[in-house]
Amino acid sequence: MAKTIAEINEKIKKGEVVVITAEEVIDIAKEKGIKKASQEIDVVTTATFGPMCSSGAYLNIGHSKPKIKLGGGRTYLNDVPAYGGFAAVDIFIGATALPGDDPRNKIHPGEFKYGGGHLIEDLVAGKDIKLVANAYGTDCYPRKKLETWINIKDINEAVLFNPRNAYQNYNVAVNLSDKIIYTYMGILKPSLGNANYCSASQLSPLINDPYYKTIGVGTRIFLGGGEGYIVWNGTQHNPDVPRTEGGVPKTPAGTIAVMGDLKKMSPQWLRGTSITGYGVNLTVGIGIPIPILNGEILQYTTVKDEDIYAPIVDYSKNESNILTEVNYAQLKSGKIEIKGKEVPTASLSSYAKAKEIAEILKEWINSGDFLLSEPVQLLPSVGSKIGFKPLKERPIE
Amino acid sequence: MQKRRVVLTYPYKFIDQPIISYLVKKYDIVVNILRAKINPKEEGRLVLEVSGKEENLDRGIDYLKELGLKIQSLAQDIRWLEDRCIQCTACSPLCPTGAIEVDRKKMTITFNKERCIACGLCIPACSYKAIEILF
Repeated sequence: MAKTIAEINEKIKKGEVVVITAEEVIDIAKEKGIKKASQEIDVVTTATFGPMCSSGAYLNIGHSKPKIKLGGGRTYLNDVPAYGGFAAVDIFIGATALPGDDPRNKIHPGEFKYGGGHLIEDLVAGKDIKLVANAYGTDCYPRKKLETWINIKDINEAVLFNPRNAYQNYNVAVNLSDKIIYTYMGILKPSLGNANYCSASQLSPLINDPYYKTIGVGTRIFLGGGEGYIVWNGTQHNPDVPRTEGGVPKTPAGTIAVMGDLKKMSPQWLRGTSITGYGVNLTVGIGIPIPILNGEILQYTTVKDEDIYAPIVDYSKNESNILTEVNYAQLKSGKIEIKGKEVPTASLSSYAKAKEIAEILKEWINSGDFLLSEPVQLLPSVGSKIGFKPLKERPIE
Repeated sequence: MQKRRVVLTYPYKFIDQPIISYLVKKYDIVVNILRAKINPKEEGRLVLEVSGKEENLDRGIDYLKELGLKIQSLAQDIRWLEDRCIQCTACSPLCPTGAIEVDRKKMTITFNKERCIACGLCIPACSYKAIEILF
């Protein structure tokens, strides 16, 4: 018999809810069968913990005396430039922003020791942050210069807002050239020296709800150690891709945009990330509960590493160049075979930490602290014609 | 036969002396230089793998100490900061000696200091500064 989210929430309130992780569901469903398991299990928790470039946070720092209008001026937090094109004291920190004096890739590969991602981690950790701003001054906002320490506990709002997170599946990166390359997929040794992947595979949120039948705008989630929400599909959301029989995309596909109160998050689950030769990033912890409304939804959550395929892409070429595909059981074994060569594998996203997040979310739901929310709108799915288009470049004469 | 990995630090006055040759000739020690940093007028540092009979190794090390050289186990100069590590495994395929191992069931990292040769290849692969080599 089908269940509703409201019925599951009643069970959570009464302490009768049955919650398991997306790893645990695999064996339980196999043992009990889909029908029985879907009646007994109410929620399956999914999670991921990996670098997610399209992340950031907005702050309202409060008005100084006399007032300053940061918009149109320049604002730096620990020397990292923040975007100020809003009202007077709202600013946005992007995860990949770098201080002006960072040497970047001048000596290749650059180290990228500190940037937006680290700044967000420091802010969440409660460290004092140095704010330096210059403005042009107006009759109503006369101040032109501001230098002060700020702290997350003192400012009005601090909100994590990530336009694209939790990619549903991703490429496996290799290097066919004869030179080492430094990419957002890590260090790739020449001539198939290694293969790097980045997915929580059988624990990954969107892989467990491949057609987005429960996950949508308004879904309450674990975000950076606190509670957050899915607020839209992520940028580059691309549901119309080749899929397995079980519906799992065989290439990068769906994405989510998420937000939540940064003040309630933890530096354990928002980590500044320095990717050699590439730049700065933020490693984000996300956990999404999947309400087991019926057998079909449960069936999706039983997906296991062997059933999830990812394309192997040569990152030494500018154009995406898919060599072959491989499943996550093979990737997690530590070696795969490509063109007759045994290639060692490594992950950029942490399966162990994803599992920890899935357990924490399970605990939150079991303790009655975390109720499931009904999405107000599901994410665009197959046939929605939302696509991932390249830039149409038109030369400016 | 015993094998030890050590870090040798010595003042610049010894730079022009063939200390390693004495170690080989006098004490019958096999020396494998894993890493060396020797600049004129500066302190020199060598990472060595020394192997030989236990008594010869002890005598050889005493000889170095008597000369006034500082010698310590390599393991003391390498740190894996477990609380900074996110257990992603990105460093593991770059390790040439298997010092960084992955538990394939749990997908967690273990770091075996004794196998590490301080080559430093893992350091740029770690995005979280979770491995430190202190020289």
